[in-house]
Amino acid sequence: MRNMQATQLLFELSKPGRRANRLPDSEVPQPDMQELYPTATLRQKPAGLPELSEGDVIRHFTNLSTLNMSVDTHFYPLGSCTMKYNPKRNERLASLPGIVDLHPLQPDATAQGMLELLYNVQGYFAEISGLPGVSLQPAAGAQGELTALMAAAAYFRDLGSQRTQVLVPDSAHGTNPASATMVGFQTKTIRSREDGSVDMDHLRASVDDSTAVFMITNPSTLGLFENQIQEIADLVHDAGGLIYLDGANMNAILGITRPGDFGADMMHYNPHKTFSGPHGGGGPGAGPICVRDFLEPYLPTPRVERVDSAEGVHYRLGYDHPKSIGRVRSFVGNIGVLVRAYCYIRACGGQGLKEVSENAVLNANYLLTQLAPLLPVPKGSRCMHEFVASASKLKKEKGVTAMDLAKRLLDFGFHAPTVYFPLTVQEAVMIEPTETESKETLDAFVEAIREILSEDAETLHDAPKTTRISRPDEVQAARKPVMKWTVSP
Amino acid sequence: MAYLFNTEDDTREMLAAIGAASIEELFSSIPQELRLQRDLKIPAAMSELELTRHVRELAGKNVGAEGSVCFLGGGAYDHFIPAAVDYLAVRGEFYTSYTPYQPEVSQGNLQVMFEYETLICQLTGMDVSNASLYDGATSMVEAVLLAMATQPKRRRVIVPDNVHPEYREVLQTYLQWTDYELVSLACPEGSLPVSELEDLLDDQTGCVILSQPNFFGLVEDHTAAAAAAKRAGAVVIAVADMISLGILKSPGDWGADIVVAEGQALGNPLQFGGPYLGIMACRDSFVRRMPGRIAGQTEDRNGSRCWVLTLQTREQHIRRDKATSNICTNQGLFALRAAIYLSLQGPDGLRETAEHCAWKSQYLMNKLCLQSRFEPRFPSGSAWREFVIRDRQDDVAGLLSRAASQGMLAGLPLSRWYPEYSDCFLVAVTEKRTRAELDALVDVLTHAPSAELSHA
Amino acid sequence: MKPEELKYNASHEWVGLDSDGLAVIGITDFALEQLTDLVYMALPEVGAQVTAGEEFGEVESVKAVSPLYSPVSGEVVEVHSELVESLEKLGDDPFGNGWIIKVKLADGASLDGLLDHDSYRKQCSDA
Repeated sequence: MRNMQATQLLFELSKPGRRANRLPDSEVPQPDMQELYPTATLRQKPAGLPELSEGDVIRHFTNLSTLNMSVDTHFYPLGSCTMKYNPKRNERLASLPGIVDLHPLQPDATAQGMLELLYNVQGYFAEISGLPGVSLQPAAGAQGELTALMAAAAYFRDLGSQRTQVLVPDSAHGTNPASATMVGFQTKTIRSREDGSVDMDHLRASVDDSTAVFMITNPSTLGLFENQIQEIADLVHDAGGLIYLDGANMNAILGITRPGDFGADMMHYNPHKTFSGPHGGGGPGAGPICVRDFLEPYLPTPRVERVDSAEGVHYRLGYDHPKSIGRVRSFVGNIGVLVRAYCYIRACGGQGLKEVSENAVLNANYLLTQLAPLLPVPKGSRCMHEFVASASKLKKEKGVTAMDLAKRLLDFGFHAPTVYFPLTVQEAVMIEPTETESKETLDAFVEAIREILSEDAETLHDAPKTTRISRPDEVQAARKPVMKWTVSP
Repeated sequence: MAYLFNTEDDTREMLAAIGAASIEELFSSIPQELRLQRDLKIPAAMSELELTRHVRELAGKNVGAEGSVCFLGGGAYDHFIPAAVDYLAVRGEFYTSYTPYQPEVSQGNLQVMFEYETLICQLTGMDVSNASLYDGATSMVEAVLLAMATQPKRRRVIVPDNVHPEYREVLQTYLQWTDYELVSLACPEGSLPVSELEDLLDDQTGCVILSQPNFFGLVEDHTAAAAAAKRAGAVVIAVADMISLGILKSPGDWGADIVVAEGQALGNPLQFGGPYLGIMACRDSFVRRMPGRIAGQTEDRNGSRCWVLTLQTREQHIRRDKATSNICTNQGLFALRAAIYLSLQGPDGLRETAEHCAWKSQYLMNKLCLQSRFEPRFPSGSAWREFVIRDRQDDVAGLLSRAASQGMLAGLPLSRWYPEYSDCFLVAVTEKRTRAELDALVDVLTHAPSAELSHA
Repeated sequence: MKPEELKYNASHEWVGLDSDGLAVIGITDFALEQLTDLVYMALPEVGAQVTAGEEFGEVESVKAVSPLYSPVSGEVVEVHSELVESLEKLGDDPFGNGWIIKVKLADGASLDGLLDHDSYRKQCSDA
């Protein structure tokens, strides 16, 4: 069935003289490029691009697409990534003329509908978070984190306060410490206890007048709500520090509890997770942030603003914020992702968003209950939207690792869960089913795991068997990296 | 609710299996006093039909490039997007998959990344490309951080003011938390004053940014500037335009060490500024600190050629607070679109697109400047796709708003970024513009009432 | 060099003096086993100063980075750069041809205070 020919590299398919795109006659004078530009600036030979017909291109990429698993084709329980269904109406609406063809620098008066949409989505983000100041600019969650830390640093700078430390739990995503370093903070790691909660003694001993921000993911990467959150917030606030919430796991708490109400001063959303923006094979995401009122003056510009005047309501991009940290990227933000988030929020409504979280948590707990007898879940018998099982017993008894299990699941037609993260669980298997899966799918997944566990170790070491390739050599790839195609000698 | 699966029966059965009396019970770890005790203040759910009407209505209040004639540029361009790009990119196997953590079921995405990286290297003349970053501005910042990380004893970053002003603002935002010094170089004639650059270069200069073409649309010979920077031991960062590389020399051939670009023009829609495509490529010597994901070629256990994410130890999830960058996601979907676009263009298609931009922008500039009201602001330079026009009557705002009222987004006023050019505007002409549209713009701009009259 | 005659860091670097009195530094077989397949090694340049207990380079496997800590203080006079090209061979002879750098000891610097072979082995077996 496989078309091996069409999935050769583009450059191998190329044939001199073949082409797809042609332009109409330019209708204007066509001087030689040498007359217009200095010779030293011009290309001496044609760019080294492949030469293909349109049919070549379609067949090549269509066949490549079939080598991927995706949410549209498979259950994709990749923990911490919230691989929920991506509604098709969002794609259609985000591609409408008047949405998809707006230039970022066109006059505000010609983009009132877009600015109104963005202003309202800001309001929804603020309402869901309980934090009133919103910036839509950051391009991804990691950049949202960075932007919020910059706002915090600017706030402390204004206060004349010398705070140098950012505290990060050991289970935190790697972007947390990396972002802190970029804003000039030192990172200090706070230990977690056995059950995944913050070690309060360690935190107490670490918080002092050098503490700028404590970054926390709540619900945590273990899928547990940190029920000491208020105590943590009080401790950090009393010392003059701020709480940052990594909003990666907002899918568990929409309309149920709000970061601003449990002590967070700043947070980011991952709309490509929580609000159904497609993951796109690794992006784009967006990283809008919400902050408390006293941090709002420091947010990046431009900001989307509403002006009420005698002539009526209009919307604008506001640049007049003298305390702003400045811009963190070009133009306004990842608008295409935010438009999809807007469509999703309006399609769900306030009540529907709460149901999203209720069903995400219901599905996760059901799966946990069914799986735990097969694959131990070390940190608790209940969870929020995801949970972390461990293959360490399996490894000891049978020599089968989390990786083997993950690979064998592919043969059964399931995308693997996240494995080996978080680092605080041995042989971690992190499972997030999301609310957009049926009981039948969850049951089938459990049956697949049951069957896999009954197989002999050798079968599992040999997995996957049904995919086009199996267990690529990553050591070779890293030792002698080949990062582009070159003409074979 | 629209996207859920669980029926009432499902819910009942699942709760029974869990051993919970209610869904509410599943949230018992969240203390009651922290719960939201009311409904979210977000309007009630809309059906697909209602939502479609609603968003169409919002869209109808906007004037997009399709509903007007668009001469706006400044880093985002109205180039033609072939149907095949849209058709392929909406395949669910591409846009609903994620980062290729399981290479066996991600060979499609990984091969596209590898092909994209090769295409970018071919155009830029670099050894290695990553699989994309956020946008042109953040790519430039990441390039500066990369360059400076390889030059630990140097502190100065030289940036000419003909580099995109928003990119410079972003750089300023990021560098204010470091001990790097941002040194601005004024370019009063639009192009880079090489001797002034030479005066600024010293043993503290870690990198120099050179834009080709620059923000004003001018094509410059950067050979001497790049060589001078090299002599001073500085890293040369090029801010390139990918379409222009159909006719212009690869930055690698004029001395760039790291090349960054905004990849929006490669088959990606304008969509009010994002998501776009941050392009970054570099010479081999920088690869160990390059941010972003990279796909590499290897073999599987049966000896079949395949692709994996490689050199992952550079990244934040391993190096944490010691990482050069905090970047995590890339713009996979837009890198895919760029790869499809460049495959469709081929060397001839890209060259012709770049030539059309050159011919049409030259035609429009020349025709406008036949009018006494207008002159080119930088007459000594050679403009490509974009050029700066000075309005001798100093009424840029009035001129542009009158053009807008006649369905023409005629250009960008420069006053926001360059107060000294408040009587100037920037006009961009892509291959999409027809001669009739160019002539019509001249007509609209020249038959506008003069400044005195309009103020009367 | 004979492992029994070398001195060790708790962080798994070994050091011994060669016939010219230079401190030769490498990493132990135990460390190599823990690190699994090495894919890259970042080394200092000749002339760089190293300080006892501080980082002088790093080794990478596919999914981990580990710093290399210098057991002694002094100036790097030789770097085994061919090693970087053939990391897979490092395991063949970690205490001989697997040496990483040679350091001219700073005035007053010595190998005192480092673990001897027995204490190092004991530490590894306790781990």
